[in-house]
Amino acid sequence: MSSLVAAARSFLLLEIIKGLGLTLKYLFKPKATLNYPYEKGFISPRFRGEHALRRYPNGEERCITCKLCEAICPAQAITIESEPRPDGSRRTTRYDIDMTKCIYCGFCQEACPVDAIVEGPNFEFATETREELYYDKEKLLSNGDRWETEIARNLAADARYR
Amino acid sequence: MSGIITLTVDGTEVEVEEGSTVLQACEAAGKEVPRFCYHERLSIAGNCRMCLVEMERSPKPVASCAMPAGNGMVIKTDTPLVKKAREGVMEFMLINHPLDCPICDQGGECDLQDQAMGYGLADSRYQEEKRAVENKNMGPLISTIMTRCIHCTRCVRFATEIAGVPELGAIGRGEAMEITTYLEKALDSELSGNVVDLCPVGALTSLPYAYKARSWELSHTSTIDVMDAVGSHIRVDTRGNEVMRVLPRINDDINEEWISDKTRHHIDGLASQRIDRPYMRGANGRLAEASWDDVFAAIAKAVKKAKPSEIAALAGDLADAEAMFALKTLIETLGSPHMDCRQDGSVIGQQGQGGYLFNSTIAGLDEADAIFLIGANPRHEAAVMNARIRQNWLNSGLKVFRLGEAVDLTYPVKELGTDANILDKLVSKGGPVITALKNAKRPMIVVGAGALNRKDSAGILASVSAIAKAVNLVTPEWNGFNILHTAAARVAGLMMAFLPAKGGKATADIMKAMEKGEIKLLFNLGADELNFSQRSSNTTMIYIGSHGDHGAAQADIVLPGAAWSEKDAIYVNMEGRVQHAHKANFPPGDAREDWAILRALSAVLGKTLGFDNLDALRAALISAYPVFGNVDTAQPARPKVLGRKQAISDLPLTTAITVANRGAGNSRNFYMTCPISRASVTMAECVKAFEANNDVKAAE
Repeated sequence: MSSLVAAARSFLLLEIIKGLGLTLKYLFKPKATLNYPYEKGFISPRFRGEHALRRYPNGEERCITCKLCEAICPAQAITIESEPRPDGSRRTTRYDIDMTKCIYCGFCQEACPVDAIVEGPNFEFATETREELYYDKEKLLSNGDRWETEIARNLAADARYR
Repeated sequence: MSGIITLTVDGTEVEVEEGSTVLQACEAAGKEVPRFCYHERLSIAGNCRMCLVEMERSPKPVASCAMPAGNGMVIKTDTPLVKKAREGVMEFMLINHPLDCPICDQGGECDLQDQAMGYGLADSRYQEEKRAVENKNMGPLISTIMTRCIHCTRCVRFATEIAGVPELGAIGRGEAMEITTYLEKALDSELSGNVVDLCPVGALTSLPYAYKARSWELSHTSTIDVMDAVGSHIRVDTRGNEVMRVLPRINDDINEEWISDKTRHHIDGLASQRIDRPYMRGANGRLAEASWDDVFAAIAKAVKKAKPSEIAALAGDLADAEAMFALKTLIETLGSPHMDCRQDGSVIGQQGQGGYLFNSTIAGLDEADAIFLIGANPRHEAAVMNARIRQNWLNSGLKVFRLGEAVDLTYPVKELGTDANILDKLVSKGGPVITALKNAKRPMIVVGAGALNRKDSAGILASVSAIAKAVNLVTPEWNGFNILHTAAARVAGLMMAFLPAKGGKATADIMKAMEKGEIKLLFNLGADELNFSQRSSNTTMIYIGSHGDHGAAQADIVLPGAAWSEKDAIYVNMEGRVQHAHKANFPPGDAREDWAILRALSAVLGKTLGFDNLDALRAALISAYPVFGNVDTAQPARPKVLGRKQAISDLPLTTAITVANRGAGNSRNFYMTCPISRASVTMAECVKAFEANNDVKAAE
């Protein structure tokens, strides 16, 4: 008996019809994929993307060279040098992040007492050469200027959990 | 006075000396007591209240640092009451302390940070406004952020007690209390940098080191200081290949836990004016870069041209024992007797070890009860040692007499003028000095460089010897004859007899012979305090050293050596204490350890020295001069009769740190005495600041 049923099943291509049915069902369902790069998915406010150095609203850079990010960085991707600025304040003369070393753990952001170094929402910073991924202070500050609105919004959104 | 008393700390019985404090008893019991104002080497203030402990039969917790330990006391350091007391004190402490640890240079090595973590509360209840205090000017070495001050008064006590410059104090009461220099002037002390170490918070930090590095990124190397002949124990902190700072290490026999400002802050000179490759004087008369092969070939040519008796060698003030030994061996193999390690021209060294050491030892200064300084200025020539003399004066009213320039030594001194002729009179007629030395149990005579590098120094030494005999200076249990050296290299040089051999010329004669062209080839191992510009044109000078200073500028061939922080080396301090210094960073460019340069050169000259590495060199050194094998112990010896009969001139006796300073009217120039400190910007700023200070004083 069972062999008869099996023969009938294979003869009538039931599995194929089932599969085609599933395909047909999804044909009428909303699409799960995104048309990247024209469409982008939802990103959490906690997303850890490309780094940026932020400024205060008056344009003063936030980083005060406490070097806690450098100390906490598990990949030792951050290099900082500092000296007193002519006005006597403590500022970096060098702030480098080797983005090829970085493991995007976000510890730097956690360690920062003044919210200067942040990992912003940007993940599209692929380059053609490694050298371009050695970020210096200028690049990081310009990142900060470019992404400030989003970064500030994300930090505000996440503030109550910190 | 000292009996032993027994008390109980947290249930364990401890025995301490009578006169100890409860805090010391707690430490003896292995209990940690937090503190800010208490410091082992300063007087007790008892004003921070952090060291509160519970004492049986006392209604309130007591400040353990100010409480004398008594027999049968029962102390508790781990009760809820103590915990609460500490939390309360910490909360008060943090009321006005700004939360600026991220920008504070003390961050990471801060007592307040550590103790707030260990003994404080997690949160602050303080909502009101904090106070702000104006920063004070404390000169080019100390940066002040007085808002951070917690009024422990360690700095005030240090300045008053140890440094002897009572220029720091506190004004105002309660919250309005401020530490200030009263007159807004730099702290005029050679030891001022130590207040930075003492400050338990970041109120006083090092200005040259400001914002340069964090404590956790530095690697530490324990080594020996070479800025003076004290041989202070120091720790060099480096980041990468750069020396960031120098801190003292504790050594009760030498520097206790202080170091001089020159030791601490000359280090920016290590990176500037460096000779980083070989140079050779070209046809146009200018020094031009050259390869090692070329300079060695040129030296070989010069050596071939000169007769053995036309070759000479001089060693400078910073040379290490290994380099001097290598050079001495090379010069001996070349067959020349002309060499000298006393570029200041002093007349010591040929009459046995007792004749050139600080025989009483530095720790012995604590026991002395009368000191006679002859041409010595310990404040500038050995600043850390001067603090010890001051301590002795403070504790027991030590009597100090001086023959020589009247410089403020921070303690009262009976002046005998500057005329060295009175030495002879003292021998024949006596005087208050002689009486004091005779009556003293531990008399000391300290002869300084100012009395040793004169034309009549042999006569002075002879008179001093006579005085020593008259006052019974050297007994089996006490040796009161001391030479105060100013150069870190000198004692090692004297110990290995880096001195004219039979028929050899001493420094002054070598210089003269070079002017006449009788010495054709000079190996100059970092001797920078001499003026070579008068030398005859057919002489060749080979300079081996680290910095482009007087010596290198006038040399024909310059070989790049390593500076003190860049080599494992042996230095001997003025007590004859053989000390091993360690390498903290690497020499720049082509520069190499001096002994290695000499070893390589010897191979080119065909007189290969018998050692291929430092260990072999040290073994050779020790087998030739066994004193070098006795590490880290002072090696005083009985002085023989020194000097010879010679008329003493009327020339006033001055104190001089180096020959270069001498006669230039700047014997006060403590800050720039060697090629490294002369290359240092910080030291230049100090000279500027403190000379301006002096001008103000003179105007007053």
